[in-house]
Amino acid sequence: MMYEYWLALIPNLSDCKKRLLREEYKEGRVVYYIEEMRLRFLPFLQAKDVEAVLQARKEIETEKEWEYLAKQNIRFVPYFSEEYPKKLMQIADPPYALYVKGSLPQENTLSAAIVGARRCTPYGEEMALDYGRCLAEHGIQVISGMARGIDGAGQRGALNGGGRTFGVLGCGVDICYPRDHIGLYMDIQQSGGVISEQQPKRPPLPMYFPMRNRIISGLSDLVLVMEARERSGSLITADQALEQGKDVYALPGPVTSQLSQGCHFLIRQGAGILITPEDLLAELGIAKRELGQKTDKIEKTLENHENVVYSCLGFFPKGLSQLIAETGQDVSVIMQSLITLEIKGRIREVSKNHYIRVR
Amino acid sequence: MSFSTVLSAVIQGLRVELIHVEADVSNGLPMFHMVGYLSSEVKEASERVRTAIRNSGIPMPAKKTVVNLAPATVRKKGASFDLPIALAVLSSMGIFPGEQLRDTLVVGELSLDGSVKEVAGVLPVVMRAREEGFKRCMLPIRNVREGALVKGMEILGVGHLTDACRYLNGEQTIAAVTGGTGRKTQEDRSKDEIDYSDIQGQEAVKRAAEVAVAGGHNLLMVGPPGSGKSMMAKRVSTILPPPTLEESIEITKIYSVLGMVDREHPLIKGRPFRSVHHTVTKAALIGGGAFPVPGEISLAHGGVLFLDELTEFQKPVLEVLRQPLEERLIRITRSQGNFVFPADFILICAMNPCPCGNYPDYNRCTCTQTQIQQYLGKVSQPFLDRLDICVEAPRIQYESLAMGNKQESSAAIRDRVCAARQVQRLRYEGRRILTNSMLGVNELKEFCRLGRGEELLMRKAFVSLGLTARTYHKVLKVARTIADLDGSEGIREPHLKEAIGYRTMDKKYWGR
Repeated sequence: MMYEYWLALIPNLSDCKKRLLREEYKEGRVVYYIEEMRLRFLPFLQAKDVEAVLQARKEIETEKEWEYLAKQNIRFVPYFSEEYPKKLMQIADPPYALYVKGSLPQENTLSAAIVGARRCTPYGEEMALDYGRCLAEHGIQVISGMARGIDGAGQRGALNGGGRTFGVLGCGVDICYPRDHIGLYMDIQQSGGVISEQQPKRPPLPMYFPMRNRIISGLSDLVLVMEARERSGSLITADQALEQGKDVYALPGPVTSQLSQGCHFLIRQGAGILITPEDLLAELGIAKRELGQKTDKIEKTLENHENVVYSCLGFFPKGLSQLIAETGQDVSVIMQSLITLEIKGRIREVSKNHYIRVR
Repeated sequence: MSFSTVLSAVIQGLRVELIHVEADVSNGLPMFHMVGYLSSEVKEASERVRTAIRNSGIPMPAKKTVVNLAPATVRKKGASFDLPIALAVLSSMGIFPGEQLRDTLVVGELSLDGSVKEVAGVLPVVMRAREEGFKRCMLPIRNVREGALVKGMEILGVGHLTDACRYLNGEQTIAAVTGGTGRKTQEDRSKDEIDYSDIQGQEAVKRAAEVAVAGGHNLLMVGPPGSGKSMMAKRVSTILPPPTLEESIEITKIYSVLGMVDREHPLIKGRPFRSVHHTVTKAALIGGGAFPVPGEISLAHGGVLFLDELTEFQKPVLEVLRQPLEERLIRITRSQGNFVFPADFILICAMNPCPCGNYPDYNRCTCTQTQIQQYLGKVSQPFLDRLDICVEAPRIQYESLAMGNKQESSAAIRDRVCAARQVQRLRYEGRRILTNSMLGVNELKEFCRLGRGEELLMRKAFVSLGLTARTYHKVLKVARTIADLDGSEGIREPHLKEAIGYRTMDKKYWGR
């Protein structure tokens, strides 16, 4: 297995050629020890490819690297392995090898990707949390990129729902990026896994991220886009998902919100529309479980003037001055209602004197 | 008669030291010699004095002249010794009898033609002279109004060296101004120019400013560019209670030392508003120099210090504010000794919510969460902890510009503030506390006792809003002020809730 790992590590050699090499000789060890002349006769290798292989023989400290994998608890899953996800084999350019901390998604269980903008609105964040939780509660695996914003929220939601979730990284799996998601990174390894095609210790470089998007969509059966700008990485993921023949769903938002433009574009293109998680489940043919109607219950527990303020608030932050204008109440009265609602946990202050509803 | 003494004074920090200017004219090689720990501007006085005497038509005799400024341990600086040196020399020369200058304190700078020019720091010098029992002060004519602020002091204003000589010889009289007259002659003009009614909308900020001023709390305004934060801050000085005469004199004293008083209307009747640019240095802010002079925080004494673009200030500069904010004065230690300047001010800060200023407007804001965190990280938590009230200054909506409703005037707000201050004065009588912001933890227990319902509310808020011990105390202090504005004896739930709404947001939760 160590030599298989060496083969995967060879720089400047494409995944496709690695695969052909491996098919030719059936074993990594043979590739490592075979004479140079035999390599030169292979039709699919050019002179520079042979150089790359020879160079790698000399330069890669295979044993040391292999020990590092074991020490870090990283599993090496090459293309030919039994474990290698079947779904990934069906995409156009499957990665030659995957590195996994934790586990890989189960093959025969439905997987959904939740993707979206890193800089998202509280609306998108709340929705991602909600969808993540609801899908997880119904046994659907949630796959995402563990990034800031929507990705992280979706996965956190899945964890909250007690389900399995998988983070596909744009760097080595031994690196936590972004670093403030260390809690999420640890939790995901417990109930799911972090996956990457990048070898360990490789830093997060911008070029790796569009590449990892094809794995996110490849591992999933359907892709949910929560919030995306008109030209964004999330739309690339959606495009790749369509190419791979996956179902794409998009969450509508206010037509004035820049961060929902990408989703609206997808819907116009024919993507599925996300109204409620229950709707989605029904569409997937999964019976929804008991979910209390809590929304109208909240309003019943509130006093009248609190209700006035609460009903003005939504998932987009509203400032104090807007609330004054809308309710016509006095500053101090509104402030009191806001603090009461905040203490009750119904609303949240996202920036000084800007509030949003909490589900 | 070859020896004589004239009394003068030097300012060290805000302290005034009396200086004996002694002159001796005797036979010997013709020379003019000055001793007594002099700075270079005082050494240069010898040239000015000799030329001024000659140009006043009095020939300098070819004799040895020695001038000594005593006590020799005090560093003499400034140009205010020219006139006393000249008078001491002239008196030793026998131009006028020396007894004439007994009980008179003299300051003034000389021009080469013999005319007397104004000097800085006249007010503290004359005040010290009165404490020391002097009857008269001889001042440059342009400083007369300032000197006349001191009650019971006879002020002699001289415009030229010859005037002084003639007066001392009894050839001419100078109309002496008796101190205490200048205090009433001037009405307050600064208040007429700006008013709270100029600002449309922004009710929340106005209310927060009112609470801040009523309790002496420091205020932080967060808002996008162009939301009128500076406009609001400038108007805070219009709702401050007018200073008492003692306070006015104290403020004027500081400005006098820096030569910043108006010659015609020296007494500062309004409370100062000092807006400091973010490139300010530590020394300029708290006061400094080898011989320290008061800085911006002392110039804001009794009034408002405004720091616009708080996040642009250098971190160490903001940190030096922490001690004066606690003690309400600043101690500066130099090898020459300790200098204490008053620094009792209301601090008002303004900042943007994020680098681009548009957060949380997601359509406009282009900042990432990391950028916002970094931006907020420029202000340290201990510094934020000293700002009791935090409020958002929202972008101004068109409606509020167009409506043109009659807004409440500064005078109306000021009346409420004064009433609340009066309540506080009575409550804290006999203690060293003037406003609610000065309450310590022990006094909080005494004066901010909560009822059962209020206790419960605070307990809930503490848990669900994640308050810290420090924010808990701040909320209590601010709630006390709100109750005082409301005319309520105890702190009630609405007061607490409003105070909780003013808390500074935990940076950790900001931008998430």
